[in-house]
Amino acid sequence: MKIAVLVKQIPDPSGVGTLDPHTHLLIRDQGEVVLDPGDSYGVEAALQVAAASEGQVVAISMGPEKAVEVIRKAMAMGASEGVLISDERLRGSDALTTARVLAAALATVQPDLLIACTESTDGYTGTVPAAIAELLGWPSLTFAKQLEVTGNTVRIHRQTPNGHDVVEAELPAVVTVTGGINEPRYPTLKGIVASRSRPLEQPTLEELGIDPATVGLGGANQRIVSVEPAPQREGGEVIEDQGEAAKRIADYLAELKVI
Amino acid sequence: MAAKQILVYAELVGSEAAPVSLEVLTKARQLGDVEVVVLDPGALEAATMLGAYGAATLHAGVDEAYRQFVAQPAAAALAALVEQHHPDLILFGATYDARDICARLSARLGLTVVANATDVEPRGDKFAAASSIFGATQDVLTELSGPSPCVLLRPKSVTAESAAGPPPKVVEVLLPPDAPRGAHRLESVVAPASGPKLEEAKVVVSGGRGLQDPSNFELLDKLAGLVHGAVGASRAVVDAGWVPYARQVGQTGKTVKPDVYLACGISGAMQHTVGMKGAKHIIAINKDRDAPIFKLCDLGVVGDVLKVIPALISELESRGVSG
Repeated sequence: MKIAVLVKQIPDPSGVGTLDPHTHLLIRDQGEVVLDPGDSYGVEAALQVAAASEGQVVAISMGPEKAVEVIRKAMAMGASEGVLISDERLRGSDALTTARVLAAALATVQPDLLIACTESTDGYTGTVPAAIAELLGWPSLTFAKQLEVTGNTVRIHRQTPNGHDVVEAELPAVVTVTGGINEPRYPTLKGIVASRSRPLEQPTLEELGIDPATVGLGGANQRIVSVEPAPQREGGEVIEDQGEAAKRIADYLAELKVI
Repeated sequence: MAAKQILVYAELVGSEAAPVSLEVLTKARQLGDVEVVVLDPGALEAATMLGAYGAATLHAGVDEAYRQFVAQPAAAALAALVEQHHPDLILFGATYDARDICARLSARLGLTVVANATDVEPRGDKFAAASSIFGATQDVLTELSGPSPCVLLRPKSVTAESAAGPPPKVVEVLLPPDAPRGAHRLESVVAPASGPKLEEAKVVVSGGRGLQDPSNFELLDKLAGLVHGAVGASRAVVDAGWVPYARQVGQTGKTVKPDVYLACGISGAMQHTVGMKGAKHIIAINKDRDAPIFKLCDLGVVGDVLKVIPALISELESRGVSG
């Protein structure tokens, strides 16, 4: 079985991102970038399905040239191939365009299953996987907190506001996984060494049959018109716990009429 | 200038309109003439309420397929409706189901989407959606263009208010005969829960890495029980598998606006604070004096949560608080 997994390079989420002052686009090619922490659950889920089916994992990304690093990271964890769609003309693409480009790449990879995280940590739009499913005509099984593939059937526990739904579909299908679904492995030294020689394809937009006029900022039906610092809360009193803190909190709760 | 046509995709909880759908309707009324679509076998049961909140027309699809299958039948029916009416804007509440349906609709018809919006406003002849980035440190305004742009409004962005409107005109929506079914919902499991829901609770007690071990969440359960609160969590402990995703407060996760938010062993990464900074009062307990959570709390305690929480439980019990 061939399992594709979407990976994204994002600015280190422990730092603060920077926007280009003119285009209001996130600066994606400078500073520390990391594999989106959400994606590590996707890669692990893909590797587990692959291990159970004697399959292989293909890591796919759209992003700047630097995104090669996160594909190599997925390879170091165990993915055997990678596909990176990197083209300056894609800068500023909206979620719909991103889905169209990734769907075109997936049409050539032809996986049995596509796994992604529910949403990226930087943009957190969360519509790309289901949009890809629609473009490919596949079912989507989203917000999975448990995932099982048996033969040609995929079954998940889909997070709901008050529990979970058991959801099932025939392959090929798209699955998105929530954090905590598994414990992502760390790359081994052997994996890191092996990742350097694993095949990485970089198809052009033209090869994917995407009209460059329809992508990037020009192809997006949305435009950021302003970015302002959000009003911040004022901090209040901070005390050191000398054994009296519990009483102080209880007093405050009483003052607020919670108790 | 003719009034804009706003189509609201509303959902039900049981036989009533979902709270977030009433919030979205309230916002939609400020933007133009409102029609609502509900794709659920119980769609007609909520008609009166949807009318009261401003929907002049209810497009009701009552096929069982909308409940039995995830997203695909609903996206197909919604696409047919949009192609028929060409609304100027489509508004959704940001829920698990609506996000999938909106994504599929967007791909099917080539519509742009802004997810996680906190507001929508007119901008000239168009609309613009407000949202937050970088853990709500920056407010972004995005102008929408093209046919029927879609906006997913985060729950609790707007206060729902009835317009005391009359019952809507009801128009039946038929499931297109060629609509794909897709992923089959075999069973819905409701997790045993006590106390108020996280999104509705007046008091939220949330835990993070500082609790050190998943079993220590029992302390928060006990404390929440005493103050009639709900238990939330930071992304770090959800990712670690300590508690389910449904408890996560933050950018990825839920937005809560309780009267009191008690952050226990949570450092206050931006990812988290975006989901709780709207709380009226914030109390934080963390052993790191430099934790960012102390910059936005009303009362901060620098100390070990595993000492302070048990002491707080004893203190409340000694004052006769029994939940």
